[in-house]
Amino acid sequence: MIEVRWHGRGGQGAKTASHVLAVAYLKEDKSVQAFPEYGPERSGAPMLAYTRVDDRPIRRHCAVTRPDIVVVLDPSLTREVPVTSGLRQDGMLLLNVADPGEAEEVAKSYPGQVLGVKADHLAKEAGTRFPNVVLLGAYAGWVGTPSLEHMAEALVEVMGHLPAKAKDASVRAMAAGYAAGERGRADG
Amino acid sequence: MAKTMLGVEVLTGGEATAHAMRQIRPDVVPVYPITPQTPIIQTFSRFVADGKVDTVLLQVESEHSAMSAAVGAALAGGRTMTATASQGLALMVEIIYIAAGLRAPIVMAVGNRALSAPINIHGDHSDGMLARDSGAVQIFAENAQEAYDLMVMAPRVAEHPAVLLPVLVGQDGFSVTHSAENVALLRDEEVQDFVGPYEIPYPLLGERPSSQGLFAMPDAYYEIKVRQVQALEAAEQVFADVARAYALRFGRHLGAIDAYRMEDAERAIVLIGSTAGTAKDVVDELRERGEKVGLVVLRLFRPFPHKALADALGGVQRVAVLDRAAAPGSFPPLFADIRAGYSGSAELRSYVYGLGGRDTAPQDIEKVFAELQRPAHGGIRYLGLTGEDQHGES
Repeated sequence: MIEVRWHGRGGQGAKTASHVLAVAYLKEDKSVQAFPEYGPERSGAPMLAYTRVDDRPIRRHCAVTRPDIVVVLDPSLTREVPVTSGLRQDGMLLLNVADPGEAEEVAKSYPGQVLGVKADHLAKEAGTRFPNVVLLGAYAGWVGTPSLEHMAEALVEVMGHLPAKAKDASVRAMAAGYAAGERGRADG
Repeated sequence: MAKTMLGVEVLTGGEATAHAMRQIRPDVVPVYPITPQTPIIQTFSRFVADGKVDTVLLQVESEHSAMSAAVGAALAGGRTMTATASQGLALMVEIIYIAAGLRAPIVMAVGNRALSAPINIHGDHSDGMLARDSGAVQIFAENAQEAYDLMVMAPRVAEHPAVLLPVLVGQDGFSVTHSAENVALLRDEEVQDFVGPYEIPYPLLGERPSSQGLFAMPDAYYEIKVRQVQALEAAEQVFADVARAYALRFGRHLGAIDAYRMEDAERAIVLIGSTAGTAKDVVDELRERGEKVGLVVLRLFRPFPHKALADALGGVQRVAVLDRAAAPGSFPPLFADIRAGYSGSAELRSYVYGLGGRDTAPQDIEKVFAELQRPAHGGIRYLGLTGEDQHGES
């Protein structure tokens, strides 16, 4: 089983990202689970969401306390929230960074793999303001699963209610993230 | 099976329940929103607004009114459903007793949640237990798939001529209502065919107009009440029959009890709801280490399946009953029921867990199985408490 923890701020799309990843893995015949951690919901407040993936049916409904992968949607969160808490020592930490130096700084205190992606910048270039789609692409490129094709299909399905223009921009942003993730895998 | 099922989707328990309601096509759904039930009604009202189902959605000013409207609609002759949770269910309870007494077969989805105070939006079974003696059938789902399946089964239980009672279909707040997971939906027409048309003996708007909700003096009330009690008892066999019909048709059997690896078990846990999945994982791990442990999950809570439970416990030696609700001043509800009806030789122990959404991890379940190897603790043990409160165990 792979357990993923998403750190975001309310309104940034951590919950949506956890869901898109689950839908993408479902397309690869996996058993999935996606759920946010609910507290007082405020726009901008730190929040958590989770995705579980397994080849066998997922039965447990307990909290994720030892994630394999952590994705951080907001660069400022690494200074505010213990994002590596519980993260497996041989796990993967995917960060939205304003500057690549930020990932190097975090890597000093975490022995697992760390990849920083300039998700806000790449999102803006693609015509969207949401870093979550970039990081979903980076996840696929870096982790190696699910495929970019399935991730993009899942994104379009989950964003079904949005106008075509927004979907196109998101898919472009995802592709840019995927390329960054693939480079990270080649380097790692 | 391919013909009866659509593909697998990623749906929350709340969304899956709303799909079941859309496919059942109830005539009337009176609603009032409350977390964590809201996703059910939010999704369902979107189906209504999009014209995917022609239900009359009645938005009222409280759960008390929602349940009152449901009683009227069901007795008038319309298939009626609603959904609620926690304080909302508490506010409905007065009218659930009336629905049961008037034999109104209303199907209610419940996102089980703690009761105030302190105010808390997360999962436990306190709300369901408050409705325990209302006369309604009460069923609990383990996951989103079961929440869907049980909702499709529920009208046939509620509307069976031997039953004619409200049915509450519970799913744990957040851990099922808001957790998206693999769910296989049936085809709309398969659901409609399985559920069939709504028929009650004396609908107010029927061919033979009737009076309902009349005054009953001491010469009649007692007989009426006992017949109502017997109707709830009859629901056990009806539930079993509906579960069998569902399994034959769709390949998923959801009996009153889910006995997991109990064949030669020496130690067992009995519980209700979403923690069952976590416990199944632990049972598998301990079995790999050679420990003879098992799990019994109750889906049907009212009427209480005493015999099926005793059969499932079989030759087990020690049983931990895990309640996700307290009954202050006495033993918690599930434990009390089992102790009252069980005449086997196993030693029964009482645990309370998960109140107000407190997480129950695999380690907590392991701890219970480990404690079952040691001498009895007596009283009630509180699983997963932190700090000094742990010493409060009686």
